[in-house]
Amino acid sequence: MPAAQPAPLTLVPPAAEPAPRTIVDIRNLTLTYQAADHPVYALSDVSLSIAKGDFISLIGPSGCGKTTLMRVVADLEQPTSGEVTVNGMTPEQARLKRAYGYVFQAPALYPWRTVERNVTLPLEIMGLPKAERQQRAREQLELVGLSGFERKFPWQLSGGMQQRVSIARALAFNPDLLLMDEPFGALDEITRDHLNLQLTRLWLGTRKTCIFVTHSIAEAVFLSTRIVVMSPRPGRILDVIDCDGDLPRERTLDIRESPEFQRIAHRVREGLMEGHSYDD
Amino acid sequence: MTTKGSLPVVVMALAVLALWYIGAVWLNAPMATDALNRAGQSWTTADLIRATLAMKRPILPTPDQVALDLYTSLTGHPVTSIRNLLYHTGVTAGAALAGFGMGVVLGVALAAGIVQARTLESSLLPWVIASQTVPILAIAPMIVVILGNMGFTGLLPKAIIAMYLCFFPITIGMVKGLRSADPLTLDLMRTYSAGTAQTFRLLRLPASLPYLFTSLKIAVAASVVGAIVAELPTGGQAGLGARLLSGSYYGQTVQIWSALVMAALLSVTLVAAVGLAERALVPGGRGGAR
Repeated sequence: MPAAQPAPLTLVPPAAEPAPRTIVDIRNLTLTYQAADHPVYALSDVSLSIAKGDFISLIGPSGCGKTTLMRVVADLEQPTSGEVTVNGMTPEQARLKRAYGYVFQAPALYPWRTVERNVTLPLEIMGLPKAERQQRAREQLELVGLSGFERKFPWQLSGGMQQRVSIARALAFNPDLLLMDEPFGALDEITRDHLNLQLTRLWLGTRKTCIFVTHSIAEAVFLSTRIVVMSPRPGRILDVIDCDGDLPRERTLDIRESPEFQRIAHRVREGLMEGHSYDD
Repeated sequence: MTTKGSLPVVVMALAVLALWYIGAVWLNAPMATDALNRAGQSWTTADLIRATLAMKRPILPTPDQVALDLYTSLTGHPVTSIRNLLYHTGVTAGAALAGFGMGVVLGVALAAGIVQARTLESSLLPWVIASQTVPILAIAPMIVVILGNMGFTGLLPKAIIAMYLCFFPITIGMVKGLRSADPLTLDLMRTYSAGTAQTFRLLRLPASLPYLFTSLKIAVAASVVGAIVAELPTGGQAGLGARLLSGSYYGQTVQIWSALVMAALLSVTLVAAVGLAERALVPGGRGGAR
C-alpha cells in the first residue's frame, strides 16, 4: 500500500498558489459520551477547515475536547454527528490509506526495538523492503537530529530524544498530515524550547500540514499559522486566531519578545479566560 | 557475586547444615540408643552422637552421608547404568522437558485464544482454573492407566502429567502479558492500519515476553514435579520418582535423600536455563510496552 505522497495528488485539481486546498474539513461535529448518569458533551458543533501547509494549534484547558477532536480526525474516536473529511476521504478511509502520522503525548516507543527499528515499524507494517526501511529511518532520524543513535534502545535516551524518535517514526512513511497530541507536554522548558525550534524548522522544510494540541500559549503562538482556542463543557471553538499575517513563517525563539507575539498571546489568554468563566 | 554479597549466603548455608546435623542427632537418637543398649556395653554421649551420624538406615541421614552416596552413585557406575543417579535424572528430565514443551504450546495457544476472543475467556478460563484444583496425585494414575490401555507407555504419559501441571502458569502469565501492551501503542498500531495478526506479532507478543518468561520459570519447575509424580504410579524402573519409591520400599533413606537432592538440582538447572534464554531474547532485560 503506497503512502500518500506529498505534493502531486490527483484528488483535487492542481490549485493555484493563492487558493491552498483543504486537507481537513470538519463540519458541525458533535461527540457525546454516555457517562454513568448523564451525557458528556465532549465536542459541540465544531467546524474547522485546515488548508494544506497549515500549522494549527488546538489550545484549551483540560477537558475542552482538543485531543478528542484530533482523535476523531485520526479515526480513533467516532463522532456522534457531523462530517469530517481528511484529504477528501472519511477519516477511516484516510487511516486505512495511512494519510497521517500521529505523535502521542508519550513517546510510545517499543522498548524491545532499537531506535532504528522503532522508526521502521510503520514501514514494516506497510511491507516495504528492508533496505528501503533502513534508508528512510536514517533520513528521518537525521531530520530530527538523532543520527548515530540507530542502535540504541529507547530507555537509553532522554525523554526529549525519545519524543524526537516518535516524531521521526510518524514522518517515516511520509504522510501529508502530522497530528501531534501534546508531544512536549512532559518535557522540561529548556528541552521544550529546543524541540519547538526544531519542529518549526522541520515544518518549514517538509511543508507538512500539522495539527498540534497543547496547553502552552507560548508554544501555540510560536509554532502556529493559526490558533484554535477551545473551551470545555461542552467542548467548542471560541476563537480562531491567524498568526501568519503578523509573524514571519521562519521564526526564532527571540520572536517571543516581539510585540506582535505578545499581542497574539494576549488574545489567546483572553479567549481561554472567557472559556473559563463558563465554569462554576 | 562479590565477597560482600556472598557472606550472608555462606552464613545461611552453614546455619542450614548445622540445623541438619542437630536434626539428625535428635531424630536418630532413639534408634541409636536402642542399638547401643542391645550391644550391652556402657556408652557415653559422644558414642551416641557418633552412632546417630553414621547409621545405615537413619530416620534423617546426615549431609555427608547423602554427599557420599551421591558421589559413589555418580562416579562408581557408567552414566548408562541403572545404578547411576544421573541416568535416572536424565529419564526424569526427558519427561519433564517433553511435558514442558507441550505445556508451552498448549499454554500459549490457550492464552492467545482467550485474548483474541471474548467468548473463549468466559468458556475456557473456568475449566483452566478448575483443572488445577484436581489433585495431580489423584489424576496421575488414571492418565497412566488410560494411556497404557491405548498402548502409550514410557515417556508420553509422564510428559502429559508434567504438561498438566505446567500449562496453567503459562496460560495465566501469557493472558496478562498479551494484554500488557499500552493503550497508546495499540492506538499507534491502529493509526498504521495494522491488522489483528500484525498487532499480535509486532506488539502483543513481544510485550508479553517478560510475563512469559516469569511463567516459564514456574512452569519448568512444576514440570519436574509432574514428571516425578508421574513416575510413582507407573512402577517404572527408571527415573527419580522410581528411585524415591524404591528407596521408601526398602527403607533406604539415604537413597531417597540423594534422589531429592538430584531433583532439586535438576529444577535449579532448568530454571537457570530459562533465565539464560530470557536474557538472550528480551533486550536489555527490560520489558513491557510503555
